[in-house]
Amino acid sequence: MTPQTTLQLILTIAIIAFATLLTRALPFFLFPVGKETPAVVRYLGSVLPFAVIGMLVIYCFKNISIFSGSRGLPELIASAFVILVHKWKHNLLLSIAGGTVVYMVLVQAVF
Amino acid sequence: MKKKALRAALPCTLPVLMGYIFLGIAFGVLLAEKGFSPLWAFFMSVFIYAGSMQFVAISLLTAAFSPLSTFLMTIMVNARHLFYGLSMLTPFEKMGKLKPYMVFSLTDETYSLLCGIKVPEGVDKKWFFFFISLFDQLYWIAGSCIGAMAGNLIPFDSTGIDFAMTALFLVIFVEQWESASTHLPALLGIGITLVCLLVFGADNFLLFSMAGILAALLLLKKQLAAPDGSDTAPDNSGSAAGDVTSMAHGSSPEAAVSDKKGGTDR
Repeated sequence: MTPQTTLQLILTIAIIAFATLLTRALPFFLFPVGKETPAVVRYLGSVLPFAVIGMLVIYCFKNISIFSGSRGLPELIASAFVILVHKWKHNLLLSIAGGTVVYMVLVQAVF
Repeated sequence: MKKKALRAALPCTLPVLMGYIFLGIAFGVLLAEKGFSPLWAFFMSVFIYAGSMQFVAISLLTAAFSPLSTFLMTIMVNARHLFYGLSMLTPFEKMGKLKPYMVFSLTDETYSLLCGIKVPEGVDKKWFFFFISLFDQLYWIAGSCIGAMAGNLIPFDSTGIDFAMTALFLVIFVEQWESASTHLPALLGIGITLVCLLVFGADNFLLFSMAGILAALLLLKKQLAAPDGSDTAPDNSGSAAGDVTSMAHGSSPEAAVSDKKGGTDR
């Protein structure tokens, strides 16, 4: 359940929607058509996506504690499954759904 | 013309169909579990339309009302979209009245598709791009509504279903890894974030990681920029004209991101 009123919930969603749109639209406002995009910005546009996805992978694992609970083992096993299966088949559904099912079984039934 | 673009776009979006239906269901189930009706899932997927952020949004909606931290959290989680936008400046230039929707709907997956896809002969690129973006959002909306309804009707133990998001990022990471000419940016992203997580802790590391990554990439500009001196900006019209095969065929590592080759061999 939620401690927020319906109006607050709607406002929260509106803020998220606005902020999301802001992150998507800002580059187009900063560098409108016809204006030369600075070389450094184009450079960042080319290398940042690689670094950011790496960052997001770590972000997903931020709450793992290797000294308590299941010590991150379910995450490790399921991640290895996703990476290996994806390198093997390159099938988005198989990798994502398969990995999630493996993880759910591990946290619900094994660990 | 539109019909032809629609027919060409549909098969290209099939990998995202699978991923989005599944992720959407995971999101809908989690939201339903917190006591929200499917209507909430529908409106969130229509107006927010950001996969990972909608998972984070569930925790924001179930905590005390806090507009400022909601705003900041969204900016941080979605900051990577800034860079997607930067690499889409040129490709979106000729989108005309469709441009606002293209910008709004630029998710991780749509971005990967638009970067890696080859526009078929004789198909209008503008509408082809538009239908890819539109189909992707429809899948996401459908998935989240199915999940929310299923979650309300059939209660089941969904513990661990949030791993779908981790799996998604891992898959994108693998795709990018295989397409990249240098692994340094990806390794920097992982390494710097890991160090920041260990130093600053799970609640505070994200901003430091972003700053660190930005600084490191700027410092390494000379090494990472294209050796021939031309710019390395992913130019979508370039990669679309290149030898990049469609992700729909299931075996294309290039599909995840526009690689440097695509931008320079035009």
